[in-house]
Amino acid sequence: MKALIIARFLIVGIITFLLTACGNQQEQSSKEESGAVNYQATLMEQLIGAKPGDVIEIPEGVHSIDRSLSLTVDGVTIRGAGMDKSILSFKGQVSGAEGLLVTANNFLIEDLAIEDTIGDALKITEGDNITIRRVRTEWTNGPATENGAYGIYPVQTTNVLVEGNVAIGASDAGIYVGQSTNVIMRNNRAEFNVAGIEIENTINADVYNNIATHNTGGILVFNMPHLKQAGYGTRVFDNDVWENNYRNFAHKGTPVASVPAGSGIVINSNDGVEIFNNRIADNNTANIIISSLFSTGYSDKAWDENFDPFPESIFIYDNEFSGGGAKPGTFDLEALRLIMFGADGRFPDILWDGYADAAKMQDGTIPEDLRICMDNGAAQMLNADLPNNAANPAIVTAAHQCTLEKLPPAFITQLP
Amino acid sequence: MTQRGLTFLLVLVLLATGCSRQPPALEPQFFQEENPELLSEWQMLRVEGQSLQLADGVTPFDLNAPLFTDYALKLRTIWMPEGVQGEMAEGGIVNFPIGSVITKTFYYQQAEEGAFNGRVLKRSYIAGAVDPALSKLETIRLMETRLLVHREKGWEALAYVWNDTQSDAVLTRIGDARRLILVDPKAIDAAERETEFTYIVPDTNQCAACHVQNATTKILSPIGPKQHHMNKDFSYGGKSVNQIVHLQQIGFLKPDGILRPAANVDWRDENHPLDKRARSYLDINCTHCHNPVGAADTSGLFLNPETENGPQLGLCKLPIAAGAGTGGRLLDIVPGKPDQSILVYRMETVKPDAMMPELGRSLAHKEGVALIRQWIEEMAGDCA
Repeated sequence: MKALIIARFLIVGIITFLLTACGNQQEQSSKEESGAVNYQATLMEQLIGAKPGDVIEIPEGVHSIDRSLSLTVDGVTIRGAGMDKSILSFKGQVSGAEGLLVTANNFLIEDLAIEDTIGDALKITEGDNITIRRVRTEWTNGPATENGAYGIYPVQTTNVLVEGNVAIGASDAGIYVGQSTNVIMRNNRAEFNVAGIEIENTINADVYNNIATHNTGGILVFNMPHLKQAGYGTRVFDNDVWENNYRNFAHKGTPVASVPAGSGIVINSNDGVEIFNNRIADNNTANIIISSLFSTGYSDKAWDENFDPFPESIFIYDNEFSGGGAKPGTFDLEALRLIMFGADGRFPDILWDGYADAAKMQDGTIPEDLRICMDNGAAQMLNADLPNNAANPAIVTAAHQCTLEKLPPAFITQLP
Repeated sequence: MTQRGLTFLLVLVLLATGCSRQPPALEPQFFQEENPELLSEWQMLRVEGQSLQLADGVTPFDLNAPLFTDYALKLRTIWMPEGVQGEMAEGGIVNFPIGSVITKTFYYQQAEEGAFNGRVLKRSYIAGAVDPALSKLETIRLMETRLLVHREKGWEALAYVWNDTQSDAVLTRIGDARRLILVDPKAIDAAERETEFTYIVPDTNQCAACHVQNATTKILSPIGPKQHHMNKDFSYGGKSVNQIVHLQQIGFLKPDGILRPAANVDWRDENHPLDKRARSYLDINCTHCHNPVGAADTSGLFLNPETENGPQLGLCKLPIAAGAGTGGRLLDIVPGKPDQSILVYRMETVKPDAMMPELGRSLAHKEGVALIRQWIEEMAGDCA
């Protein structure tokens, strides 16, 4: 009996040995690759494995990242030690269309920099309650067509606070909010981008206390066709918008490629826009431009029945203008300036392309609440008459001296 | 020796020989919560000698038009536990039950025999065989096996990267990047005979970036195993059977349900109308994002089969937020003018900020681009 027990014991041992011998070979060889630990892998693990409520700290230093980062978990905070201290550098990026892509709600990112991404720096889509604060996005080689398109880029988001950020060198827009609702964008600085700050197809946005300078266009309020929502209700106030005269370095074909260098604030096909209390100076095409998608290379074959290309209910008041308009950024506009105002003359502060919706007119005039109104002291408005190939451009200040009911402030739910 | 002693000895001998020749049969496992570190723990498939074996019940299938992934070849399988069944649903969807495990193994033919040197052969397609699924593994480089697992909390995506000895694959959450050289000895242009590229294994979030086909609900689901993609014949045990019929015969799918009438086509098959081939190609490569509720709905460009010819399909449409993706061109599709169409540029380029799809390729799909070029070339009309 005893011998049998020993024999059994032995046999079990041998069997176990044989079984594990079979398995071990495989396991050893397959696990040896998981050794290399670097900051990129650590950060990716933190982002992918994040749980709601997590705070992911980006330590001080320049961290090289070569692939796109992404976050899909709600309620996460990413926090650095400062926009000049915690730097994610994508200089060696080999794959991915953006630096950091976030598809999540209740997201806060603050106090860090994202540099030199191949494509967009920080893209956030379909999120509610988004805060982007004191983040710097920059292409450190300076403005160039090869730079990524967007710096800070929330799209299809709601309740968005974008404050204290710095954006430099984007080949489309430095700080952009698109297809979003309830947005506050304040205390940001945008320099050397094609579009400094852009609000597109967005409902209820307040854009204030920002600085936009040395961009091609300072602050843009645009609507584009074929999208789910048309934008309206944007207030642009208390901003400093000067010398946005940088040459347009956007990729041909992008809507911002049609923005002339020297554009201060541009409204394109958007409705219900107020521009007030801004300091707008020395933008060489015009300090304010009001235009329609018709003057940006739109094809009639791609007509969108639901799209309204006419800028309506625009109210410009109490802005402080100086200089500007003396060196328009396109050949056609420069020719128009020379013809109308002479070699030393300048465009007035407000330039309108002249497109208006004939279908909405009553006895040849636009209904009062849809007008383009100005109540801005001595500032003048030029109708460039582009619908008729600039046949009859004219100063139309008197016809547009009017007021509109003021818009309510934008409201976001999570404002601290 | 007693009879019992003899039995023990026999068992021992069996085990000892079994170790080297006949390992215990694979028994597919479903893990409800846990993500095993090794692919072998799922017991769906396994390398035995120089072949990749599928477990009983792990059923291979194919797609009418597959997604392009840097010319990688793919072996797809589906398995589900006893006692559950999938069913056909609206819109070409197949509802696979909880417990289903779909695998996709990405591999290349080595350009040269012997130890792998990073050089892989450009092959457009190898028909999948069942037993063994892949033979002559000494000439094949297994890259990764991706799993879609239908758990109680929903579908989850896992990626396993094959080790150098091809004995097993290891789970990765953060993906991987491998430098490879694509070798095409038959290329007429000498410059195309060798192309360096980075093969990317997606990280977990990137898996979701494609498999979340509704960007609002953010629900992850399979892309390929839909009726219009799977409605084709496949050789099971030497007998060619419609894949959906086969899945019904083996009890994976209920025998009735809504069958989507139109199948996609093999876009390489010139017997099919050009428009159908092009739309099938765009469907499998683009629809998961470019649909009215997908991640690319921000662009207003929809390439799903239901979208009619018009601006939403890209005809004469201005791009939205395309950045470098325009390639200096003005409109998504200009009929008759592939070289003026942004769609073609984004398929041709390999620049990460401009190319489409954004994920899943580092190389251009020459043959796919040629198809879309021809489609636009022969398209009537203009954008004047």
